[in-house]
Amino acid sequence: MYSLLWRLLPGPRWLKAAQALVLALAVVAVLFLWVFPRVDPLLPFNQTTVDDGASHTVPGSPP
Amino acid sequence: MTGPAVAEGRTALAETRAGRRARPPRHQGVFWGAVGLLGELLLTAGVVVLLFFGWQLWWTDVEANRAAAQASTALTQGFEAPAETPGAVPDAKAPGGLIEGEAFALLHVPRLGQDWSRPIFEGTGVPILREGLGHYVESAAPGQVGNFAVAGHRTTWGRPFHDIETLVLGDSIVVETRDGYDVYAVTSHEIVAPTDVDVVAPVPGDPTAVPTEAMLTLTTCHPKFSAEQRYIIHARLTETFTREQGLPASILAAPAAAGQSSEENTPHQDLEQRRVVLTRLSANSGGGA
Repeated sequence: MYSLLWRLLPGPRWLKAAQALVLALAVVAVLFLWVFPRVDPLLPFNQTTVDDGASHTVPGSPP
Repeated sequence: MTGPAVAEGRTALAETRAGRRARPPRHQGVFWGAVGLLGELLLTAGVVVLLFFGWQLWWTDVEANRAAAQASTALTQGFEAPAETPGAVPDAKAPGGLIEGEAFALLHVPRLGQDWSRPIFEGTGVPILREGLGHYVESAAPGQVGNFAVAGHRTTWGRPFHDIETLVLGDSIVVETRDGYDVYAVTSHEIVAPTDVDVVAPVPGDPTAVPTEAMLTLTTCHPKFSAEQRYIIHARLTETFTREQGLPASILAAPAAAGQSSEENTPHQDLEQRRVVLTRLSANSGGGA
């Protein structure tokens, strides 16, 4: 997978390395800004409100 | 070394290189290719999990602290702005005066630091609690008879209530609104099930009673990094100051060191006397806690 990617990247070795670094940073940015914020409420690490499952808190948004 | 020997050596080297580059037979290639791909996927998954914890422990704090600082600055200026002008903070005590997601008050807790304050927003939705504290929409307004209930994160997202267990009975909690300052004194700690909504009832613990006192309730998660229980602090209104009167400096001054008295008052010894409904909790009891 990664070796295929390395072969597909054009240019000499230093250019390939630079492109790989940019791609890795882009993946981290997508994870930090879009993926993780959406996954976080589904995980049980930091829920703070009391809720009986009825409409006690804001409807439609897990506290 | 003679000339032909060197030439032979070069040829051998070239053959070895060519041999390394040559692909293995196809039937081997498919199997080892699949094993290699699986290994790479597993390594990638491990890196993503590590990144997720880095994001939780570091990046959420960065984002939340920035949002809270912005909201606090806007509030400090908005308290002074004439009512109904742009940027003015809405009156928390006017009926229907609050819009969900809008910041309307600052919470000061001297025990957590003389300068410690966090913005309180209307509502307890996920995006709101990522910027500061959230006011349960159905609970009372600050300073009024009933229960002014506020939720906040214990860990991650700026973790405003991280050290909430250090509060001692009698400690001041100040709610600063457009009108002035409502000063509450801590009356009890509780650790309850996530489904125990009675703690935010107008009379905490008694959902059918008619309130006669102005109470404040803070809710956050417990234990840290868990959704299994909720840590609750109740406080009773003791004093109110208008904005013209100002808040006496002594209230925000650092409270006495929480040595002996803190240990006496921490919830672990309180627990037995309190109405704690912690039987065996299944992680998902009652749904979306």
